[in-house]
Amino acid sequence: MKLYCLSGHPTLPCNVLKFKSTTIMLDCGLDMTSTLNFLPLPLVQSPRLSNLPGWSLKDGNAFLDKTELIDLSTVDVILISNYHCMMALPYITEHTGFTGTVYATEPTVQIGRLLMEELVNFIERVPKAQSASLWKNKDIQRLLPSPLKDAVEVSTWRRCYTMQEVNSALSKIQLVGYSQKIELFGAVQVTPLSSGYALGSSNWIIQSHYEKVSYVSGSSLLTTHPQPMDQASLKNSDVLVLTGLTQIPTANPDGMVGEFCSNLALTVRNGGNVLVPCYPSGVIYDLLECLYQYIDSAGLSNIPFYFISPVANSSLEFSQIFAEWLCHNKQTKVYLPEPPFPHAELIQTNKLKHYPSLHGDFSSDFRQPCVVFTGHPSLRFGDVVHFMELWGKSSLNTVIFTEPDFSYLEALAPYQPLAMKCIYCPIDTRLNFIQVSKLLKEVQPLHVVCPEQYTQPPPAQSHRMDLMIDCQPPAMSYRRAEVLALPFKRRYEKIEIMPELADSLVPMEIKPGISLATVSAVLHTKDNKHVLQPPPRPTQPTGGKKRKRASDDIPDCKVLKPLLSGSIPVEQFVQALEKHGFSDIKVEDTAKGHIVLLQEAETLIQIEEDSTHIICDNDEMLRVRLRDLVLKFLQKF
Amino acid sequence: MPEIRVTPLGAGQDVGRSCILVSIGGKNVMLDCGMHMGFNDDRRFPDFSYITRNGRLTDFLDCVIISHFHLDHCGALPYFSEMVGYDGPIYMTHPTQAICPILLEDYRKIAVDKKGEANFFTSQMIKDCMKKVVAVHLHQTVQVDDELEIKAYYAGHVLGAAMFQIKVGSESVVYTGDYNMTPDRHLGAAWIDKCRPNLLITESTYATTIRDSKRCRERDFLKKVHEAVERGGKVLIPVFALGRAQELCILLETFWERMNLKAPIYFSTGLTEKANHYYKLFITWTNQKIRKTFVQRNMFEFKHIKAFDRAFADNPGPMVVFATPGMLHAGQSLQIFRKWAGNEKNMVIMPGYCVQGTVGHKILSGQRKLEMEGRQVLEVKMQVEYMSFSAHADAKGIMQLVGQAEPESVLLVHGEAKKMEFLKQKIEQEFRLLPDAKKPRLLHGTLIMKDSNFRLVSSEQALKELGLAEHQLRFTCRVHLHDPRKEQETAMRVYSHLKSVLKEHCVQHLPDGSVTVESILIQAAAHSEDPGTKVLLVSWTYQDEELGSHLTSLLKKGLPQAAS
Repeated sequence: MKLYCLSGHPTLPCNVLKFKSTTIMLDCGLDMTSTLNFLPLPLVQSPRLSNLPGWSLKDGNAFLDKTELIDLSTVDVILISNYHCMMALPYITEHTGFTGTVYATEPTVQIGRLLMEELVNFIERVPKAQSASLWKNKDIQRLLPSPLKDAVEVSTWRRCYTMQEVNSALSKIQLVGYSQKIELFGAVQVTPLSSGYALGSSNWIIQSHYEKVSYVSGSSLLTTHPQPMDQASLKNSDVLVLTGLTQIPTANPDGMVGEFCSNLALTVRNGGNVLVPCYPSGVIYDLLECLYQYIDSAGLSNIPFYFISPVANSSLEFSQIFAEWLCHNKQTKVYLPEPPFPHAELIQTNKLKHYPSLHGDFSSDFRQPCVVFTGHPSLRFGDVVHFMELWGKSSLNTVIFTEPDFSYLEALAPYQPLAMKCIYCPIDTRLNFIQVSKLLKEVQPLHVVCPEQYTQPPPAQSHRMDLMIDCQPPAMSYRRAEVLALPFKRRYEKIEIMPELADSLVPMEIKPGISLATVSAVLHTKDNKHVLQPPPRPTQPTGGKKRKRASDDIPDCKVLKPLLSGSIPVEQFVQALEKHGFSDIKVEDTAKGHIVLLQEAETLIQIEEDSTHIICDNDEMLRVRLRDLVLKFLQKF
Repeated sequence: MPEIRVTPLGAGQDVGRSCILVSIGGKNVMLDCGMHMGFNDDRRFPDFSYITRNGRLTDFLDCVIISHFHLDHCGALPYFSEMVGYDGPIYMTHPTQAICPILLEDYRKIAVDKKGEANFFTSQMIKDCMKKVVAVHLHQTVQVDDELEIKAYYAGHVLGAAMFQIKVGSESVVYTGDYNMTPDRHLGAAWIDKCRPNLLITESTYATTIRDSKRCRERDFLKKVHEAVERGGKVLIPVFALGRAQELCILLETFWERMNLKAPIYFSTGLTEKANHYYKLFITWTNQKIRKTFVQRNMFEFKHIKAFDRAFADNPGPMVVFATPGMLHAGQSLQIFRKWAGNEKNMVIMPGYCVQGTVGHKILSGQRKLEMEGRQVLEVKMQVEYMSFSAHADAKGIMQLVGQAEPESVLLVHGEAKKMEFLKQKIEQEFRLLPDAKKPRLLHGTLIMKDSNFRLVSSEQALKELGLAEHQLRFTCRVHLHDPRKEQETAMRVYSHLKSVLKEHCVQHLPDGSVTVESILIQAAAHSEDPGTKVLLVSWTYQDEELGSHLTSLLKKGLPQAAS
């Protein structure tokens, strides 16, 4: 039982679990923080951006991939926990010789597809005249200015995938439902559980009949739109792998939403525009719902809300059809039938408008002041680049960061100097450390495994001892490119005993409450399921066909004799011998026991506490008679 | 052997009031709770008194499972839970849970308001009944209690229709409900994994039919509708509000669009819009194509199809009307039918199965003079057409499903006896058990039973765990050999002899001069009295008894003459 840790990013994990002859990859997140090393990709060539000192416009889209710790073509299955954690899927399914199956819920696949589509679209619509890759050579990289010089493992940075690769990767996914028990080769059972973080997000249970590993990734206990987290099913785990905790442990999501609304209202009332860099799915649904309740009371009914993304329409539409994956409140709406999210009404009343991009209808509808939701949150590509350029110079405007994945200061760096206001309201609904310790108390796993970042306070707040996982026994930590041996051994396998065989077993009570039965049976194994059936009857030698060749008479050694236990009381043994017609018996005492002599038969029987030795002439009849006498005094196992 | 008992309380060898009682591993599960459209008396509902004569149903049944929202599968539910009395869980999928109460209310209105029946379930009872429902996801394994688990599979047929696997320990039953193995215009095909149930209970409505391709039927349907409209006739299509109706709407909508037709299409009752809305919200339950394109164009937003008003029936000129219910047994479809039946220009298309006793069944079987209430006789002059659009699996589809699930045995229900017999033979012909390829192995060990915990361990470990010492029983036999040579040479000869005879065993010659066969030790010693005789001491443990005694008898026969 081993865990191969391929990602050092705690919220974008990628681990491989080897369990009972199966190789299971848990998530394949794509760490895009390296894009911050690059310049923004503007729609129009901007002389300002390309002339910035200290930054060089290299091959603009490269992402961090994994080290070759393990041959990825041997991975049997990939379990996806949520749509953010599947962004590296095409790299694995298309370029490593992977031939297995990917399991994910339907919302995860559909929204994951949208995120990938958006990413590909953002990158592909600004084709580059030239791309450089020679700089990744270590000797050249050394000479480059910081931070490129200091970037680690640039050789693993990859170009963005294409839509074709995305489609091919997604075609390898098999859809699953919560609490579905999925058999892997009959050896292991995996089950997705609701994790409460996003539409269709799941934790996974990987178990055999006697071992249980829980994989907790990106979970939330807050009541937002997804189905609540299923905690009870995580109980009795041998190992709990814990990843995807909140990235902003000090911020309270509810407070942040309040701050978001009030800052938005303030800016708009003063005639400024609000820019919200965001992903096309997830928190945006909650933000829109808050605004739906907030705009009338804040007097913002006339302010247009724009949602610009190649997948904006799809994202809004898809959110309405996953009723079964939503919290109870939203689910009951569908029974009426009404759309579960209020943004349907915002669209109907023309308060919220969505566009695939800046081109086309948007330019004619565009009114200011307004609120724009658009991507990408890294500010390096997507329509957000244009709005940063457009609104950055005016102090009336505000950019509000809600996504916690990127450092907002670094994201803003290439746009400096900036006049517009910057508000940082990271909304991360994933578990914080207080919730984690409550959860661990509740589910009580034997061992906890987590990224090393969670076993110490964050570097910026090293005094906050409460910002780390505290459990007993201490959590085992992993770091990128490490292999952990998980601390438990497999000892048992489930076997079914057929009723016919069970009938034939004779249990004897050895100690109070403990019975034993000797089992001789035939083990049938099919699809890793084991069944014990009664042994075949010994075949009677057929009388007429006796052959003389010695090798034919070799007995089947596979018929096993039981072990013996107990001891032989000499006096009773001698009595038994006499009863069976042996005479002339002599008993001698030795240091460890007795020797029984049958002088007539030239036979000697050594009896000790836990051994008996019969030495006789080659007289099979005699030997068998003596054997049966001895066995009467012993227990068989 | 595992015992599974199946008792059909309805729809054993007919169609209507589906209700099957399954006892498996000490658990009792009721599958579906339907009503019969052809009866208005006691025979309308299944005979629940069969389940238990005295005592509450709740104590006897562990759960109730509803496969889909058709009334012949869920129509008796409020009667069963509220009037007979059942408080346990009722499982169904989300779309079924959403749509089921609407159809029940519809049915109740027709029965009570139109036919004036007393002692029928009330609206409140429908609501109370639905409170006992637990919604399940596709493929979700629902743990009803510690031992009983159920799992839903996609069945096609209608929105939200599901097949259910019921499992207790290692025994399982799959109940298909109604299903469809070919995707249609709005639903996908049923699918099940190779779950190898002990028993597969499958519907067999179309047990003998192998239906022609869907395209041909669609073309036929459109042609007939088109012809009738062209000659100025009115077309009545009796349907159930949800299901077939949506498929035919999609069909006509696209046809009207393509042919640029002007004749109005109406859909009766207020259900239409609501029904279509359900389809929009539960679009994940429709087929691949609709799901893929719904963002661009939602197939359930119809341009040409408008809501029907009773007054429209007397409008001059051609029109197409979808009206409920589907078997012409009551309600609006029957009203319109009576109005239009006298005109030979008009047409009625029955797109689904009709239960015996309904007007639909009568006209399909060729009856042209119908006795209506109050001794009125209605003469049917209008064209009567039947088109099998109802989404049941045909013989081929049923065989396909049997192949997918690989059950040990198959039980046919929900069909006509004769047709079942035919299908039974076909299944028996086609599927025969294949023997296992893998070689079984003999195993020996000790079963330790402590409380209810059973562990099979090696005998050595059992002894160790219980703190018992092993008692070694050893035999040593003296075999006299006539051999004047030295002991070492004798041993050598014994070795080479055994080596050549016992090819399957490990025979070794040890440095101290002794020979071993597996764990059996053979030593040669000089005879104390006769120098021409050597004594072979053959020693083995009880566990090696067979081989040991075999060896002695082998050695007793003497050694072959040494080759020179």
